[in-house]
Amino acid sequence: MNSTVVSFFSQFEFFNDAVKSLSETLGFNTYAAVSLLVFLVAATVLTIVCATIGGLGTYAERKISADIQARVGPNRVGPYGLLQPLADALKLLTKEDIFPANADKFMFYLAPFLCVLGVFTTLAVLPVSSGLTLTHLNVGVFYIIAVSSLVGVGVFLGGYASNSKWSMLGGMRGASQIISYEVPITISIIAIVVLSGGMSFEKIVSSQGGLPHQWFIFHNPFTFIGFFIFFVSGLAETNRAPFDLPEAESELVSGYHTEYTGMRFALFALAEYVEIFVLCAVASTLFLGGYQLPLPETIVSKMPAAAVQLWQTVIFFIKALALYYVVIWVRWTLPRIRVDRLMSICWKVLTPFAIFNLIGVSIWMVVFKGESLLKIIFH
Amino acid sequence: MSSENLDVFLPVVIMAVIAVVIYAGAIIASKILSNLNPTPQKQTAYECGEEPVGTAWSQFNIRFYVVGLIFIIFDVESVLMFPVAAVFKELNEIGHGGYVLIIFLSFISVLLEGIAYCWKKGDLNWVMSYQKNKSGVK
Repeated sequence: MNSTVVSFFSQFEFFNDAVKSLSETLGFNTYAAVSLLVFLVAATVLTIVCATIGGLGTYAERKISADIQARVGPNRVGPYGLLQPLADALKLLTKEDIFPANADKFMFYLAPFLCVLGVFTTLAVLPVSSGLTLTHLNVGVFYIIAVSSLVGVGVFLGGYASNSKWSMLGGMRGASQIISYEVPITISIIAIVVLSGGMSFEKIVSSQGGLPHQWFIFHNPFTFIGFFIFFVSGLAETNRAPFDLPEAESELVSGYHTEYTGMRFALFALAEYVEIFVLCAVASTLFLGGYQLPLPETIVSKMPAAAVQLWQTVIFFIKALALYYVVIWVRWTLPRIRVDRLMSICWKVLTPFAIFNLIGVSIWMVVFKGESLLKIIFH
Repeated sequence: MSSENLDVFLPVVIMAVIAVVIYAGAIIASKILSNLNPTPQKQTAYECGEEPVGTAWSQFNIRFYVVGLIFIIFDVESVLMFPVAAVFKELNEIGHGGYVLIIFLSFISVLLEGIAYCWKKGDLNWVMSYQKNKSGVK
């Protein structure tokens, strides 16, 4: 088992003791079995945490929108309405699963699965902390780009298979939007790969520092613009307002999931909210220092290993959830943009700027040997 | 982490299995908890209460196809840029920065050329008029 979280736990004595005593009682080497168990527990915990964040995301969405519009929001189920997502999930579970008679049955059932698959497999490389990450793949960011494009396939398939005009329009829009905005996202990620010299999240995080002036966003003027290109394209990639044209409720009923009811609709929604969290996590890792503790190296090295991991996890979630708040804030502030403007923003503004940033960053690397702007000024 | 060892990707496979379990679990739970009572009226596609007219699988705007084509060009290009980007820092530190920069910029210039060509052809305009642009509509 080649996993970061397993190798983190195997440095503790209780892990080795457990392997030893189990091997003695069972009579064979149980290292592989125990490490698989540790990995499964870690993966399950991460999945549950992310699914809970996705569920609470719907609650946060309604509560924050209520706050922005001077309303109260959900407040009946549980304290402050906190159990609202649970009530919604239960309600959707008991709803009838309607299947349109003219739809393509196999693809209709496949679409929500592709969305769920595309989102939950990205969690495998989510850099929660240096030790508790499921795995630090050496193609980390590349893997995330590749796998999360399955969501685009799911959105298009959902729209196409329903055989309903609203769904078809939503699915078509969704597919063209998601593939278009993948270009600026990929190019702004390449700029970060140039700066850090590797595609794994471990390398990207370790070439930044914990304090804001060591983050990649403040590394040079190009990466500063690059962060906003990444974030805006990410909003479009996850179908968030102001780019929520695939599910524009005032013109397309609800876009690609018009014909979906009950649990399948819930899975679409869950995948969408978890994807937003993954986007925020990746943005904070690439540009905002990731899980690095905002403390000098000398203090961090004296702390116990478990405490470091815990604080890194806390820092990671604070950064990601702060960006999550911004995403919701943007939705309830900006009106939806027109479909032709959506495409021209991507191809005529974001993509040229992203290429310009990439050229700038690579020239900066050669001219200034990869030093940050602040370091050059205050040296 | 050895690159020949496919063991590295085992966590990915396990996460995919977890995704399958989530999907299957949710669908089975809803099968148990919900009562199915399909009627022909319920199973029609939603068209604001009217009887659906024709099928949705009909001819569609060609613009979406063009966007797909442009995307493929740019996506392949950016995939090819990833390996160069990954070794950029390493080669820069041992003093080959200039060479890599020239190679990298020539890669990027192909990309720029592509976007300039599409822009000039008018393929980046969502609403494209095949007549000369008299009315001033973009």
